[in-house]
Amino acid sequence: MFRYIIRRLLASVLLLVIISMITFAIFFLVPRLAGATSDDLAARYASRAADAAQVHALSERLGLDQPIWVQYGKFVKTLVAGADYDTGTGTDHCSAPCLGYSFVTQNPVGPELLDRLPVTASLAAGACVLWLLGGVATGVMSALRKGSVFDRAAMGTALAGVSLPIFFTGLVTLSVFSYSLGWTAPGGSYTPLTQNPAQWAYDLLLPWICLAFLYAAAYARLTRSGMLETMGEDFIRTARAKGLPERTVVVKHALRSTLTPITTIFGLDLGLLLGGAVLTESTFSLPGIGKYAVDAINAHDLPKILGVVLVATIFIILANLIVDVLYAVIDPRVRLS
Amino acid sequence: MRRRTAVPAVAVGVTLGMVLAACGGGSDEGGDNQSGKAEAKQNAAVGQIFKPSTKKGGTIRYANADDFDSVDPGDTYYGYAWDFARYYCRSLTMFDTKPGDEGNKIVPDLAESLGTPSDGGKTWTYKLRSGVKFEDGTPITSKDVKYAVERSLDKSVLKNGPTYFNDLLDLQGYPGAFKDPSPDKLGLKAIETPDDQTIVFHLKEAFGGFDYIAMLPATCPVPRDKDTGSKYKEHVVSSGPYMFDTYEAGKSFSLKRNPNWDPATDPHRAALPDRIEMQLHVNANDIDNRLMSGDLDVDVQSIGVQAATQAQILNDPNLAKNTDNPTLARTWFAAINPDVAPLDNIDCRKAVLYAADHDGYLRAFGGSVGGELPTSLLPPSIPGWQDIDLYNFKEHKTGDPEAAKQSLQACGQPNGFSTNLAYRSDRPTEKAAAEALQASLAKVGIKATLKGYPSGDYFALYAGKPSYAKSNNLGIMLHGWGADWPDGYGFLSQLVDSRTIRESGGNYNLTVKDPEIDKLLDEARTKTSIEAQQPFWAQIDKKVMEDATILPGVWAKVLLYRPTRLTNVYVNEGLGGYYDFVQLGVQE
Repeated sequence: MFRYIIRRLLASVLLLVIISMITFAIFFLVPRLAGATSDDLAARYASRAADAAQVHALSERLGLDQPIWVQYGKFVKTLVAGADYDTGTGTDHCSAPCLGYSFVTQNPVGPELLDRLPVTASLAAGACVLWLLGGVATGVMSALRKGSVFDRAAMGTALAGVSLPIFFTGLVTLSVFSYSLGWTAPGGSYTPLTQNPAQWAYDLLLPWICLAFLYAAAYARLTRSGMLETMGEDFIRTARAKGLPERTVVVKHALRSTLTPITTIFGLDLGLLLGGAVLTESTFSLPGIGKYAVDAINAHDLPKILGVVLVATIFIILANLIVDVLYAVIDPRVRLS
Repeated sequence: MRRRTAVPAVAVGVTLGMVLAACGGGSDEGGDNQSGKAEAKQNAAVGQIFKPSTKKGGTIRYANADDFDSVDPGDTYYGYAWDFARYYCRSLTMFDTKPGDEGNKIVPDLAESLGTPSDGGKTWTYKLRSGVKFEDGTPITSKDVKYAVERSLDKSVLKNGPTYFNDLLDLQGYPGAFKDPSPDKLGLKAIETPDDQTIVFHLKEAFGGFDYIAMLPATCPVPRDKDTGSKYKEHVVSSGPYMFDTYEAGKSFSLKRNPNWDPATDPHRAALPDRIEMQLHVNANDIDNRLMSGDLDVDVQSIGVQAATQAQILNDPNLAKNTDNPTLARTWFAAINPDVAPLDNIDCRKAVLYAADHDGYLRAFGGSVGGELPTSLLPPSIPGWQDIDLYNFKEHKTGDPEAAKQSLQACGQPNGFSTNLAYRSDRPTEKAAAEALQASLAKVGIKATLKGYPSGDYFALYAGKPSYAKSNNLGIMLHGWGADWPDGYGFLSQLVDSRTIRESGGNYNLTVKDPEIDKLLDEARTKTSIEAQQPFWAQIDKKVMEDATILPGVWAKVLLYRPTRLTNVYVNEGLGGYYDFVQLGVQE
């Protein structure tokens, strides 16, 4: 297994390099191929009334006037060796992996992303616990009571959960539970876990529930259909014929088999969320990676966009690797080699 | 000065206008500027103080749907940032902190009086008030002001701010303080500091409105030994009543009282709250909800409530009474390109002006809540404005097809012509305005094909780049412009001076290329008093309309929600329609 993980990690590095090159090309090379000059690109970040000389000076400062491969090389250097930035009155050093300096705020991207990571991780962790517990339990119960009132109500709710976008449920729940009833924290509330765990949970409760509602709905439907299929399999009938208790049949045999595809989806979902729960963070004004990405896109802040893409890629790759390793734990038939 | 623009939904535009009328809105609610009013009603904070108060204490809570371009006074161009900066920085002059027309008056702030012009308006001298200190207790001298202006000149490091000092001062190649080879970094000859209380500005040419320039946050003093260049925003050294307490880039910051601010040196700031908190990057809809629930006090961007909230507020008299709908020094308009045939013929351009559906344009921007029907480019809030209606817009609110057809005959296109109409595709209001304009032009045979462009590159690469506009047949280009300050120069200088047009792009003057207008601007500039300049603004406005290179669309207004917790509230006309932040208080 160790060799397998090392091999996958090496392949991941290669994938990261390819993705960084593609992303860099999209934002830095494509506009040039379309005819935009380095000064055209710099004009986005210049003062409204800047003249040509001022725009050109800014282009030089941002390094946009250099050949594209030099710019990419400098970007890679920031990843491995950090970067020095001229603040006008001195030099600011940003340690690796720096990910460069923002074209808009002139702040280093890497530290900003690290600063926002706990928010996104907190949001994802709480929500995924809720949706896994809620979604899988609901799916199992629905499958075991197929056609019952519970099944119909649960699947109806699940359909609503899948259909309602977070920017709707988020604003409605904020309006009702935070601003009318005062039960939950207002938008924009976040307290670090290390500072006050109770306040951390209170601040994130509503985002967790809204995000989990969206995902739990999908997981409930997925679990239900998987369980229904598995419960009709021969090995379940055999287990029952052997006289095993129903709880063992359901949990140890049927659910375990159903969990394999759910684990796959969960890995992808968690990886995506850690790369930024864009809508949830935007709706609840949480300063995480997703909100950072939206703000960077709105501001055309290329180094920030590039940084977010790379961080999101890392999480998706890692999540997939963990899922693949978990297969061997969940399903004894799978052997990693 | 940039004001972020509200994007009200088109579909509710007409309804909103009708509802506002039904709610009895309007800006004609007179009031006593001295005593103010405490009864909540629409526009209670326009032209008068609502809930006047001198009670100190409490925390005022701000939120921003975006982020400041910078809180560094030498590096900001957002209107709300200029307003907010007055909490922690004192420029040489400022707009008076009073409601109504009084707010349009420039008064001395860090200086003890307005500037004294000499050399025919090419030299301006200011004396600083004595006893003004930085937050650490160090006395502020004229050298701190000189250094502040010098550093703001370097637009590669402090890239956000306006370029008025770069354009007006006789720089003689001076590169800005950061590249200044002199040991004290005070090498700019265009600014002299003969003593610690006196500062003298030498301009390239006479400029009568320099007191407005002295109002820019770039004249807020900066102690050289505390300057950290592009990182100075992380700890701006205060000269005002508040100083930075916390600063988390892109997230939030807070201000607390500056113990070294002496109110005896500052007759203009009430400084009521004990603490000021700012949350950044907050969902815009959430900001509205929080304002209405009392969980938040001020939306610092002041672009008005979101479209959905607007409908909700205006349908509920209990909410509507807590709103203000001030007029801004901003015009939404369509630039008509004389470089593109057949619009190079003035009669073809006039045909566009005659054919346009002005009501439709206004509806696209939210109807009477979003603004009022204009008759010329210059908005009425600019001192010196005159009522000019060369094309009878007031009479023909939905267009004058007959006059348009006559103009088409005169320009040799009796059956109309085809052109392209550019707009910012990510702005629903502009798209709706473009569609309204397209429909009205079609009635007289002018076929306008809509071309949407991203707003981020609209001026740098598309409409604002003459070669692109010409080669892509962009005959009509939608645009909007707010005054950097409510004055003709502040509004017109970047918009109608043909010498500002650069082939490389990034232009805001898209179509006005009239040497006579340039000459009028130059004449106005040399007048040594603001009052003497004012007649020129109306002349220029009339000339622009005669040239038919601009079709005015809307004189903009904004719908602000005024939470009940706020006291001492009024809209400052000089700041361009924002609440006067530095005067606000809160009820605990």
